[in-house]
Amino acid sequence: MSATISQRPVPPAAREITTKPRRSDRVFRGVVTGFGMASLAILTLIGLFLALRGFQTFKHEGLHFLTGVKWESVTSDTGKVTTDFGVGAMLIGTVLIACVALVVGVPLSVLSALYLSFYVPERLKKLLVSVVDLMAAFPSILYGLWGFFVLMPMVEYWAKLLYKYLRWIPIFDAPQPFFERSPFVAGIVLAIMIIPIVTSVSREIFAQTPLDRVQAAYALGATRWAMIKTVVLPFGSSGIVGGAMLGLGRAFGETVAVFSVLNIVFKVNFHILYGTGGNIASMIILKWGEATGDETKALLAAGFILFVLTLLVNMLANFIVRRTLKSGK
Amino acid sequence: MATTMISPVQPQKPWKATKLELLPTVLILLGTVIATYVFVAVTPMKGKLAYAFIFFVFGTSAISIRNWVKLGRAAAKDALASSIAFTGAAIVFLPVISILWTTIYKGVPGLHWTLFTQSMFTASYSDPVSKGGLLHALVGTLYLIFISIIVSVPMGILTALYLTEIKGRGSKFIQFVVQAMSGVPSVVAGLFIFAALIVSTPIKASGIAGAFALSILMIPTVTRTAQEVLMLVPNDLREAGQALGATQWRTVAMIVVPAARNGLITATILGVARIAGETAPLLFTIGGSDNLNWNPFKDYQGALPFYVWKGLLLGTPESIQRAWTGILVLLTLVLILFVLARTLGGRRMKK
Repeated sequence: MSATISQRPVPPAAREITTKPRRSDRVFRGVVTGFGMASLAILTLIGLFLALRGFQTFKHEGLHFLTGVKWESVTSDTGKVTTDFGVGAMLIGTVLIACVALVVGVPLSVLSALYLSFYVPERLKKLLVSVVDLMAAFPSILYGLWGFFVLMPMVEYWAKLLYKYLRWIPIFDAPQPFFERSPFVAGIVLAIMIIPIVTSVSREIFAQTPLDRVQAAYALGATRWAMIKTVVLPFGSSGIVGGAMLGLGRAFGETVAVFSVLNIVFKVNFHILYGTGGNIASMIILKWGEATGDETKALLAAGFILFVLTLLVNMLANFIVRRTLKSGK
Repeated sequence: MATTMISPVQPQKPWKATKLELLPTVLILLGTVIATYVFVAVTPMKGKLAYAFIFFVFGTSAISIRNWVKLGRAAAKDALASSIAFTGAAIVFLPVISILWTTIYKGVPGLHWTLFTQSMFTASYSDPVSKGGLLHALVGTLYLIFISIIVSVPMGILTALYLTEIKGRGSKFIQFVVQAMSGVPSVVAGLFIFAALIVSTPIKASGIAGAFALSILMIPTVTRTAQEVLMLVPNDLREAGQALGATQWRTVAMIVVPAARNGLITATILGVARIAGETAPLLFTIGGSDNLNWNPFKDYQGALPFYVWKGLLLGTPESIQRAWTGILVLLTLVLILFVLARTLGGRRMKK
């Protein structure tokens, strides 16, 4: 009798009820939190290392590094090296090209986002959305190659037309009728490259439009356009601005595609049709090949400027987009 | 008796245009085509651009005017807006078609078998296309992808877990940082690896340095996709795990992550698609060798984008042909990854 009792399986001791995390949990939370912080560490390190390596240039050139328009390193007969590095012209060129890209790309993106959100036949929607995403996955060198061989001849023709009929507008004027590899061409290539991101951000924001307001507009007898004008656009406008700024960040940092279609000259040029331009990112790879010593440091300093510029634009853009997305919920 | 056959009722669409109603639309379209042709022929304008522009102007105004006459001003505005939106979308999709077509049209003539069995060690870029190949570049790109996956997928997924599972005090800030990181220009990632590793550590320009640079671009992509996927895992599952007495670690490892497995694979693939074609960071970090290098830790390495880049820079007809063929191979790789990510992602959505 007693034997059968002793053979009864002993239930495992109940786990102590506690709010204290167990060791496995503490390790897990620690590891995951550590990796979560890693991206912050990487971002800080990028800024730190570029600033550190470029420090000598900043010290030597001072504010002139931002405003100067020359990029020279001259070795005199006595062997003394005088350097004059400034990214001013490139900075202006970067902004100019990015502006062309925005002016061309953002309206097209918003239109296609509207089309994809409100007009497209349901059957086609999935396919077309995939195509826009695919555009974002195209390698930038493909845009460069295609831009150089296919788009550039076409855009040069448009540039000639603009010059012929609209040269009374100062930016469409040019000191000489030389339209090859101009900021305009680079801007158009960049416009195509930023379209996917601006389109998908705009689409995401349009999808967050409060449905009750949409239906209220339709119930009041609004046409589709009236609904868009009175409900969707007022709701999404700040989000579109955010999306455009994300595109701007992309446009600032684009390298290979711009390099392929732009004639990089160290000169301040505001005439977008004239074949002289610059862009910090493509300038870096142009000069990298033969750069030594001080010039390498100066290029790293230029990289730092680019990093800070894109970081600021991106942070602001994300802030705006997030705020708009939240307001829809 | 209860089971009388119920014939399926066809849904009716009384708002659908009848054939008679469609006729004017077709006539307007036809009229616009003819009018465009005549107008361009009569005026001094010429070229495809003129045809497209005039067709757009004529077509839009014809439809708007018809709507105005039939339905009033609001309908005319609506028609105008629709056709402008349609045109905008069409302009956006044209480059995609052009890019795909040009790549195939220009790339295919350079395809041949030795492309995948030889490197450029003995051939120069200006040699006839049948000499040499891109094996070295393909091997380099595969190495880069492989090492980048090893580095960035654990980092990305763990960061995503931090954002979705731990939700610590810093998670909003980290989210912000990840988004900012996804905007880091690729050229800056390359410069950073050069400044941080190649200048001051024993790691010299090689496959692994390139992979590190690419990882900086890949981590935010993986993180953001993984985060979206993990947020789709229903909270019920987490609560069920807790209710069974599992610790958080076991809940995450045995329930949440397996439930999101397909999505996490999609995140990886999207990350790879993001970096496979990056050129700028490689220019500073891998050296761009022309011969086959099986060791990613030592010596210069080649890569497909670098191969294309070299071909484009040299500018001879043969090297350009090589560039187009190289980009065709690269684009095929990206397309395969993209379709793979889509089908996996699509399957997840259906669940």
